[in-house]
Amino acid sequence: MSGTFVGMPAFPKAAHEAVHDDTLRGNLRHATHTIRDKRARAVDELADFALLREAGKQIKDHTLRHLDRYLVQLEESVTAAGGTVHWAADADEANRIVADLVKATGQSEVVKVKSMATQEIGLNEALEAEGIAAYETDLAELIVQLGHDRPSHILVPAIHRNRGEIRDIFAREMGSWGRPAPDGLADSPAELAEAARLHLREKFLRAKVGISGANFMVAETGTLVVLESEGNGRMCLTLPETLISVVGIEKIVPTWRDLEVFLQTLPRSSTAERMNPYTTTWTGTTDGDGPTTFHLVLLDNGRTDTLADTVGRQALRCIRCSACLNVCPVYERAGGHAYGSVYPGPIGAILSPQLRGTASEIDASLPYASSLCGACYDVCPVAIDIPEVLVHLRERVVQGGEVTSGGAKVRLKPAKGHAAERAAMRAAGWAFARPAALRAGQRFASRTRRLHPRKLPGPGKAWSASRELPKVPAESFRDWWQRTNGGTTGKSPNSGTSGKGGAAK
Amino acid sequence: MRVALFLTCVNDTLYPDTGRAVVKLLTRLGVEVDFPMAQTCCGQAHYNTGYRHQAEPLARHFSDVFGEYEAIVTPSGSCGAMVKELYPRLGERARAEGRGDSLAQALAPVVPKTYELTEFLVDVLGVTDVGAYYPHSVTYHPTCHGLRGLRLGDRPRRLLEAVQGLDLVELPGAEECCGFGGTFAVKNPDVSAAMGADKVRNAESTGAEALCAADNSCLMHLGGTMARLRTPLRPVHIAEILASTEEEPLA
Repeated sequence: MSGTFVGMPAFPKAAHEAVHDDTLRGNLRHATHTIRDKRARAVDELADFALLREAGKQIKDHTLRHLDRYLVQLEESVTAAGGTVHWAADADEANRIVADLVKATGQSEVVKVKSMATQEIGLNEALEAEGIAAYETDLAELIVQLGHDRPSHILVPAIHRNRGEIRDIFAREMGSWGRPAPDGLADSPAELAEAARLHLREKFLRAKVGISGANFMVAETGTLVVLESEGNGRMCLTLPETLISVVGIEKIVPTWRDLEVFLQTLPRSSTAERMNPYTTTWTGTTDGDGPTTFHLVLLDNGRTDTLADTVGRQALRCIRCSACLNVCPVYERAGGHAYGSVYPGPIGAILSPQLRGTASEIDASLPYASSLCGACYDVCPVAIDIPEVLVHLRERVVQGGEVTSGGAKVRLKPAKGHAAERAAMRAAGWAFARPAALRAGQRFASRTRRLHPRKLPGPGKAWSASRELPKVPAESFRDWWQRTNGGTTGKSPNSGTSGKGGAAK
Repeated sequence: MRVALFLTCVNDTLYPDTGRAVVKLLTRLGVEVDFPMAQTCCGQAHYNTGYRHQAEPLARHFSDVFGEYEAIVTPSGSCGAMVKELYPRLGERARAEGRGDSLAQALAPVVPKTYELTEFLVDVLGVTDVGAYYPHSVTYHPTCHGLRGLRLGDRPRRLLEAVQGLDLVELPGAEECCGFGGTFAVKNPDVSAAMGADKVRNAESTGAEALCAADNSCLMHLGGTMARLRTPLRPVHIAEILASTEEEPLA
């Protein structure tokens, strides 16, 4: 994956900043709760949503199982329709291919429709290094680009910004990128949209090269599909002479018929719309209509390795709807930047450590960036069991094990920094295998309960920094059970508390 | 009917009152309760933190201890979900790794016999009015493992609504995680604390006297947060409310 986020601190540290940023917390809370509630209503409208979810899961699983076959079919279809297919094993190769294609046109600027794949590989930065300016045309992407910022959400990249912040960015930055913002720009949605419209129109009409991603690729016809809400994407896809689409290899569906499922589940899950506003499909080239040259760059960048993992591969079913982000209580508080990747939230927590590996500190921390509450699994329209994959990746982090990297089997060592935890788990395992040992520990804790500190040292410090510790009762349940014969004899001791946070009852 | 109480290591060690309440409640409903002394821990912390191999002997121990009973009842949504949802996965995994069928076979009989307390009351005993008396306003937090793991649905609410004197008030954002998440609370303390504080504030906004849940792990985190935030709210396990009667009210 891209080098954009290299050097990010591990998740808990990055989240620490966000949790204490009240503006960010407010922006995120407002946005995620609004989308979350709307999604729930849009999904509830369909009586067969559960069936659609299962169908989507099965179509994706089937396609992934036969990915080799469908990729070859796709290449044949695209070529037959007048397009050219390029294969990119990693980010560097994909960036080089795209830069060379743009240079071959003699152009030094391109317009882009919002694309996760090109963000993943850091295409804009790579093009800039080659003297090519890439202009983002999706409104939220434009805000991020003008603000010299990073996207923090899959669907709403500027979700962390409010209207006032956006107005300031437009007023300050638009002039240096093209048409400046109108004087006295206010922060009403209509005025902001109009400023963006005027700024972008010049770009659309001038551009000779467009760059896109795709939500789906249909193997049988070689058709690519983009879903967007503004129509800006359609301008990028149809106005330039040359169109270059960079798409992850997992985005294939076998037939047009399969699209029927996702064109229902994706809009409802992501923007809570019954039908997507702008759905554009393009198949190769056609004389006198749209781009005259079409290139498809098929991106692997860790996907084949991920496919080799029998548990983790389900992450490749993802259709980037972002429903899991909007419902995630951790994302809501930590913000998208804490995940150190263009894929934040629950899906990012399982996708990034698989595409990039778990070697870096941030990638090793991502599988733990979840309370395993399961809300992400419930809303996922392709039923990715995100909690299960998180636990699977946690195991990889603490125990190491065999993974596929660059197509070869590699034995991973456990990540650093888990020695104390491993020892504690082992000790707990030992004690729990011996009821007598557990009991001795309970008795010791009860007997010394007046000596217990109110603040814990070591890893426990994190607990007592914001929460009172539970008080240990005078007698464990098992001791009470034995002493009173299950409550039939004797009175309960004067324990005085059940220990819940020391609250009086 | 004779059932085994699977109290869980957390309740046994820190919340014996909950265990006593379950015994009192089930006995009142005519159920004979046994507490197998050899029980320890279900292995959830190991499983969820990434030490699944170390959860296996604990799961096997669970099946040794509880295998003979007609039903196994636990007052913990998360430990119940560990047995019902994740034990089968441990068995499948051992099989997939070529370690044979013995773990799956050992676990298969205990999984369907294990019930979370409210599930046992409503589904097995067929009662919603357990004859309880608790004259306080209460708001209910469903907990993630109860809600999305075990799919307890409205069972706990139906039980609470039937309690005499109890005023059940709606908790805003009830379905959101409280932020405990086992080792999550220690590994991501800032986010966990923020989630806990939001949950407590939501509960506080209802004006209820007590925040009730069917899981003492979540209540430990929330109770600790309440104590730190100095709110008048108190945490209470649903078993203790259901065990409370006019003659013997919850202290």
